[in-house]
Amino acid sequence: MSRNIIRIHPQDNVAVAVVPIARGDWVTGTGMEGLPAVTDIPRHHKVALADIAPDAPIVKYGEAIARARTAIRVGEWVHTHNIIA
Amino acid sequence: MDFLGYRRKSGAVGTRNHVLVMSSVSCANGVVQAIGRELPEVKTITHTEGCGRATADVLIAKRTLAGLGRNPNVAAVLVVGLGCESIKADGLAEAIGEADKPVETLVIQEAGGSVKATAAGIGIARRMLIEAGQQRREPCPWSALTVGMECGGSDALSGLTANCLVGAVADWLVGEGATVILSETTEMIGTEKILAKRATDPRLASEIVDLIQCQRRRTEELLGERAGMVISPGNMEGGLSTITEKSMGCIVKGGTTPIRELVAYGQTPSQKGLVLMDTPGSDIFSLTGMVAGGAQLMLFTTGRGTPAGFPTVPVVKIASNSRLYANMTDDMDLDAGPLIDGRALADAREELIGLVLAVAAGDPTKAERNRQEMVAIHTTGPAF
Repeated sequence: MSRNIIRIHPQDNVAVAVVPIARGDWVTGTGMEGLPAVTDIPRHHKVALADIAPDAPIVKYGEAIARARTAIRVGEWVHTHNIIA
Repeated sequence: MDFLGYRRKSGAVGTRNHVLVMSSVSCANGVVQAIGRELPEVKTITHTEGCGRATADVLIAKRTLAGLGRNPNVAAVLVVGLGCESIKADGLAEAIGEADKPVETLVIQEAGGSVKATAAGIGIARRMLIEAGQQRREPCPWSALTVGMECGGSDALSGLTANCLVGAVADWLVGEGATVILSETTEMIGTEKILAKRATDPRLASEIVDLIQCQRRRTEELLGERAGMVISPGNMEGGLSTITEKSMGCIVKGGTTPIRELVAYGQTPSQKGLVLMDTPGSDIFSLTGMVAGGAQLMLFTTGRGTPAGFPTVPVVKIASNSRLYANMTDDMDLDAGPLIDGRALADAREELIGLVLAVAAGDPTKAERNRQEMVAIHTTGPAF
């Protein structure tokens, strides 16, 4: 299965899709086992690498860049519809 | 480890050995340009400052111009003034100081007009070129180097590829004892707390928060509805969800080391390691501030592609994607695009370190080959 995401920092709970990913596709990056996409993820958008509870931090670059607005499932598209600043 | 540079009397080190002809006021720009046409080997700096500004802006302009003259890449300076301006040639020459290099002045009104001043200036600059030509490169420590980080014309990949790569090299440079300047205050909005917790003391942390919040308010006041453009609809469609996420993609190019100091626009850092400078995000203003602060080399990332360079300082251009690299190959020095396709960051980092070493030792950048030489001084108020 070819690599289709980049996780910038080891602590990140989201990664960035480098190609469009369809629901059901296998999501995988360097040094990780991979997981199934549970939604479509547009190119250059974020995908959750773990289940994220409401109000928990969204971590990218090793820093909190937002908080979860709702419960986010592993493999789900992460954007303004489910996170807030 | 060393690089081959030009050692100045004070111990400062240049990656270049330029003779600089600069105006103290915009009225002298024509003479500076005429000298530059006659002697293409000299570097020229012209600008719109020097007169007709409020005191605060005169101080910023003078500090910046003096810093451009003091930059270690400059072997000798000829300052050309008019005679009746706020920033006079002799005052600017004094601010540059002769500790490290010959500094001479020329005043157009005293020389009998622009034709005579140009002829006299050509004579002075020609003599400076001969003297500068005697100097040879010698091994110098990386700790003598100040590298400015810049991103301009960014795209969705800038924060994923090129800026992460530059950040990795920033950490390496700091580890070697160099100074790294992270600028572009506008691009830090939303990362106040993240940057503050990396400050080496609490006062610095609070200065960083105050500076960025002040810039946020100014952005909102002056740009109104367009302040939202700081995180634009295009960015949102590109996958960025919050201003903090967008700004993280910019500040990642400063690396991860502690922040040692915050300096004003054009001010020279007193600390080694990672230093913040308060500059606009707009590229040429930011580059000019960092050169005035002593940067002898720049790492500049771009996703859309910009040819920008600086008269006296090599600007290394790093493309965030391979399509840009192929499309503007005459302007780009390195392609960070393969990071998307699985190239290891450590591997790309070694390539960029090699390029920094080669450029510091004299290899011309694409911007230097193309003579992309632009200067813009960031003042804050109107002209009168």
